Amino acid sequence: MFNKDTAPVVRAENVHKVFQGKLHVLKGIDFSAMSGTVTTILGPSGSGKSTFLRCLNQLETIDAGRIYIDGCLTGYEERETASGTKLYCLTEKQVAEQRKRLGMVFQRFNLFPHKTALENVMEALLVVEKMHKDDAKDTAWAFLEQVGMGDRHNYYPAQLSGGQQQRVAIARALAMRPDIMLFDEPTSALDPELVGEVLSVMTELASSGTTMIVVTHEIGFARELSDQVVFMDDGIVIEQGSAEVLSNPENERTVRFLERVL
Amino acid sequence: MFRKKQEEIEIEGRINAVPVSHPGRIVGVLAVLLVVAVVISDLFANPNYRFDVVGEYLFNPRILSGVMWTFILTASSMVIGVVLSMVLAIMRQSDNYVLRGTSWFFIWFFRGTPVYMQLVFWGLVGVLYPKIALGIPFGPTFFEFSTAEIFTGGVAAVLGLSLNESAYMSEIVRAGFQAVDPGQAEAGKTLGMSRQQIMLRITLPQAMRIIVPPIGNETISMLKTTSLVLAVPFAADLMYVTDAIAGRTFLPIPLLIVGGIWYLSCTSVLMVIQARVERYFGKGHDSKVQVDKNANIEVTASV
Ligand SMILES: Nc1ncnc2c1ncn2[C@@H]1O[C@H](COP(=O)(O)OP(=O)(O)OP(=O)(O)O)[C@@H](O)[C@H]1O
Ligand SMILES: [Mg+2]
Repeated sequence: MFNKDTAPVVRAENVHKVFQGKLHVLKGIDFSAMSGTVTTILGPSGSGKSTFLRCLNQLETIDAGRIYIDGCLTGYEERETASGTKLYCLTEKQVAEQRKRLGMVFQRFNLFPHKTALENVMEALLVVEKMHKDDAKDTAWAFLEQVGMGDRHNYYPAQLSGGQQQRVAIARALAMRPDIMLFDEPTSALDPELVGEVLSVMTELASSGTTMIVVTHEIGFARELSDQVVFMDDGIVIEQGSAEVLSNPENERTVRFLERVL
Repeated sequence: MFRKKQEEIEIEGRINAVPVSHPGRIVGVLAVLLVVAVVISDLFANPNYRFDVVGEYLFNPRILSGVMWTFILTASSMVIGVVLSMVLAIMRQSDNYVLRGTSWFFIWFFRGTPVYMQLVFWGLVGVLYPKIALGIPFGPTFFEFSTAEIFTGGVAAVLGLSLNESAYMSEIVRAGFQAVDPGQAEAGKTLGMSRQQIMLRITLPQAMRIIVPPIGNETISMLKTTSLVLAVPFAADLMYVTDAIAGRTFLPIPLLIVGGIWYLSCTSVLMVIQARVERYFGKGHDSKVQVDKNANIEVTASV
């Protein structure tokens, strides 16, 4: 039924999010991303980029619309009843199972401060994947090597620079072998000289064919690597297309936004 | 002043300046030394201290059993109190208002009444309910036993102390949990961890770092609160025993000293334990941990 080559791996239909019953943050997002592609989401502060990303992996529940990962509805199960189609909430376990397919990298890293770099990467392998300790260690080590952090495996997060912490965080997400990687402004909390090391890890990931959805203000990264660029403003997608859009934006708000950040 | 000098590297022309003098400080130190000298000389000169009696009773078997009971009461009340306080704190954050309300009421009640009064009450439970039965309300009874058999003085004392303690501690625990960045739980969720796994492996250990120092404080406080179990009545703890011996021998002062020495010893032991536990949960936060024995890199990053 679901064909990876023709159907998008992430599909959002008319997604709405309302905070505290009145703050309408997402006002009907339609979005899709094909497997193996890089999508960058751009837009002014407060436009709902982070919120949308958090909805994709169910850190926020949506108030209307549907989100499909690999053609599978997330968060709910649709059942036919006598009175029509009804949505049933998934159990916590089912939600966790769905979340595992999406890795997430946060702006503020969110590494576990009481665990070393290696233990951070091992944690979910041990308790979620129920891997044997030695296997988890080997796997974690390999992923730390991949992001160039093998030599710092025994360091606690507080002993690492921001760029190094973010690389460990990327390794931690990758170790769960997600189908899709979500990045929420992964370089915004970094000193300028540390941005490069994180972007180069991400560039490598992109070229290895990982499906990535990246919220970023790094226009250079967006221009070079995106298969798709999405502009958001005030809770809606105002423009989307190939990386070309960055050079020839049509929407007037996109033009103004690009003028400000470039 | 008393800090050990660190080994210093040689540099040329190291500054070796004369420090500013503090005449006021010298006067203060002299005054303190004078007072200390007076007190110490009095300890030796004043025969009313009766140190011979202190020596005689310090390791008296009854006193030692009092120390043991005080320790048992403290340890069991704290263990039960801590566990219960975590349950209360988790209930307090529940989405369900029955759980939230129950926790609120429990804390309101047990913090709001004197622990002495609560201990008297637990001592009287046997009067209030001579028999305790386990069964389905209005249905069959599975067990039945006499309250006095189960509710011995020791059980009532531990129950009273731990319930009271958990009410105080749950606020400490709640503050500890609230201090943990919500991003930590989110990171756990995105990795597919379950709520329990996140609680036990991510949130709790980080909250412990904040909770442990006040728990240490509470434990030391509990050590001394056990002297109130006379209210139950439970007559075996250190305070009761020293008091009883003092009353019999008409030598209250040396027995106060015996009790004081033992309470201070217990407190000192607890302080050592606390320091260890703090260091354990401070993992990753100590600024100067030496890591990485294999890769022979040393870091002294500060947080
Ligand atoms: N948990 C929340 N409760 C209430 N309001 C929220 C919450 N999270 C986000 N918002 C609001 O939603 C709006 C969109 O926030 P969001 O973080 O998605 O924006 P953003 O596009 O990521 O901005 P930035 O570029 O600054 O990160 C903001 O007005 C924000 O205040
Ligand atoms: Mg954001």
